[in-house]
Amino acid sequence: MTRAPQVRFLADGRRLHLQDGPIDLIVEARGRAADMRAAYDAAMQRFSGLLDALCEELPHLRQAADPKRSPLKGAVARRMHAAVAPFAADHFITPMAAVAGAVAEEILAAMLGNARLDRAYVNNGGDIALHLADHEQFTVGLADRPNLPGLMRTMIVSCDDLTRGIATSGRHGRSFSLGIADAVTVLALTASQADAAATIIGNAVDLPGHSAIVRAPAHDLQPDSDLGPRLVTRGIGALSVVEVRRALEAGAGCARRLLATGLIDGAALRLNGEVVMVGARATGMPGVRTPDRSRASESAMHV
Amino acid sequence: MMTDATEAAADKIRCDACPVMCYIRPGAAGACDRYANHNGELVRVDPHIVLERTVSHGGRLVPFQAGGDWDGKIVHEASVFVTAIGAGTTYPDYKPAPFIVSSEIDGVDMVTVVTEGIFSYCGVKVKIDTDRYLGPETATVRAQGEAVGHVTTSEYGSQMLSLGGVHHLTGGSKKEGRVTCDALMDLSNCKPVELTIDGGATVVVQAGYPPVVNGVAEERMRVGCGSATIGMFAKQWQGKVDEVVVVDDHITGVLSEHQAGKLLDIPDTGIKMKGRRSTPGRYFQVAEPGTGWGGTKISDPLSVLGPFDPKTARPGMTMLMVSTTGEHAAYYELDDALKPVEKPMPSDLRLSVERIQENCEPALCTVLFMGGAGGSLRAGVTDNPVRLTRSVKDALTRVTSGGAPVYVWPGGGITFMVDVTRLPAGAFGYVPTPALVAPIEFTLRLSDYAALGGHMDHVRPLASLKDSTEIHQIPLQQSAPGPRV
Repeated sequence: MTRAPQVRFLADGRRLHLQDGPIDLIVEARGRAADMRAAYDAAMQRFSGLLDALCEELPHLRQAADPKRSPLKGAVARRMHAAVAPFAADHFITPMAAVAGAVAEEILAAMLGNARLDRAYVNNGGDIALHLADHEQFTVGLADRPNLPGLMRTMIVSCDDLTRGIATSGRHGRSFSLGIADAVTVLALTASQADAAATIIGNAVDLPGHSAIVRAPAHDLQPDSDLGPRLVTRGIGALSVVEVRRALEAGAGCARRLLATGLIDGAALRLNGEVVMVGARATGMPGVRTPDRSRASESAMHV
Repeated sequence: MMTDATEAAADKIRCDACPVMCYIRPGAAGACDRYANHNGELVRVDPHIVLERTVSHGGRLVPFQAGGDWDGKIVHEASVFVTAIGAGTTYPDYKPAPFIVSSEIDGVDMVTVVTEGIFSYCGVKVKIDTDRYLGPETATVRAQGEAVGHVTTSEYGSQMLSLGGVHHLTGGSKKEGRVTCDALMDLSNCKPVELTIDGGATVVVQAGYPPVVNGVAEERMRVGCGSATIGMFAKQWQGKVDEVVVVDDHITGVLSEHQAGKLLDIPDTGIKMKGRRSTPGRYFQVAEPGTGWGGTKISDPLSVLGPFDPKTARPGMTMLMVSTTGEHAAYYELDDALKPVEKPMPSDLRLSVERIQENCEPALCTVLFMGGAGGSLRAGVTDNPVRLTRSVKDALTRVTSGGAPVYVWPGGGITFMVDVTRLPAGAFGYVPTPALVAPIEFTLRLSDYAALGGHMDHVRPLASLKDSTEIHQIPLQQSAPGPRV
């Protein structure tokens, strides 16, 4: 092993950066100084060895999850399985679909077990676990492109909301997608649930059999991919607006079903500049910040 | 940059940088996006690490571009959709604007630099068409109880408000900044905002719609006060009628006594007005305010008149009475007892009444967004920002906001104003700084763009964007969305 996990504070001195292998976390805690120190110490401590433990069970984590039982032992691995299990009966899904969210959750849980915090987050490459004490809130921004100064949408997650997890999945990310969405951002009770749901919804944004969509077997691209021979999206040619909307509607239908069963709190689906939002409450959805709170909670808008 | 590669198979290598132990195909990266297989060698492609090493070795820095050295598949694509907490408050000063689009217009190679500017120095100028009293000049204007701006000058038939500005956005409390930002964004996106003026009225303002003052929606702007109406139409009435009274809640005008009538040598008629005389031919308070004639409560206009003076008046004299909007009008002739008797209105007088109606415009709120393009925004367009400013001043570069025409203020910097109803829906956003995000485009000749130090290597032909995910055609608003009566 030649690795050296990175543990350091960012230049601003208040956010902790933890990196090990594919795990890349930005952590921030707010509270009394002593609590913040305790929280950061707990995060660093829990982080060391976390990847090793996870990798011990990697072969199991890369297999399709059983909706009823799991042979997994590690705390993070169990979180991963629990998050994907509700989808396992109807879909092919492996615990890996929730790995980023589950890691974020696990670190946050370690922090909260050792400190009393006003608010805290663990951001694992866009999959985010949140903590909010009474009267606290987070402003979450959706950036169109990371090099663009402005934010495309913003949303407020407050302590009164159930949402404590946010995740984004799409074909541009590090992991493969069976669908064609540029991005699906999901709000859910936990980060791992959001992570799993974003994968499922992202897969549903699709135009099966469309000639303009280039697909390749996952294992041809990444020999040890958990998706094996399944066709993952590599490129998208010209799509008409009608096709884009049809694909988004397929995903939105999936999102609505998850919303109805309480598996998610909301979702924003994006493809070719079109965005569709599905949400239980108008205020919880990105960009819906109007004085008129009675507005329909679901809307399609151009960005 | 290099670590040991082990187990190099024919076409793939196994990375031992971490316990995930990815198999990586040539030209691909591992699960971490940090290690890649470059011609059978495991290489590190983490931009931050590269950057740190360069700095620690005293190397010269060039702005990192995703995919710059590598084939683009290793690092995140520039169009990745990310979720960021607490992000958006930094200003990446050196980044080229997101799109620098070149398109051919009339055979001239044109460049549109499309960017979204973050404007801390910004606000809206609101013009509210109303004659109602909204509040004293310089009074604080509040939204949700927070100071967001102030009352400025009264203009003809309108009251101006100045809202926002860096003082309210970032100079006050956190809540003041947030509420100001919300109010500015909503007003700029043509949404209604309720504003309360210290010592004055509560008014709901929405660009392109009539103002709602203390719960009552304005309808039409009157053509002018009664006195002004006399001034505007005196010449058209000369020789067609002996007397004209323009009934108005504010100032009722009387043609024969008014300066305009005097200049036209219109003789006295012996008319006697109720109310308080201000100057000749101008009367305050002829009746209580209301919804009748000219904003008064009267339904019989004769009730504002006293008896005609028999020394001057004579039977058969003619009189037009009309309100400031032309909504109400009546024609009279004096009988032998010098009492006005209503008669059918002659057609040429009818025409003058219709002319008054025609000149009453619908009362509207208009919102102009005003912002200044700062150094960082200009740097996104060119590596020599001041040249962009000069180019704009020299009219070589056309500035638009969301495709809408703007007025660029003379003097230093690029401070512009734009009618928010001309922008596509939802064009304005915000960052938590707080500051507004508004679209701004600079269009100029490709050769001029190169001359002012443009990011030529980032110029993309328009055709190349057509099918990409990054551009989206939005129909431009041609006019205000509100009712145009």
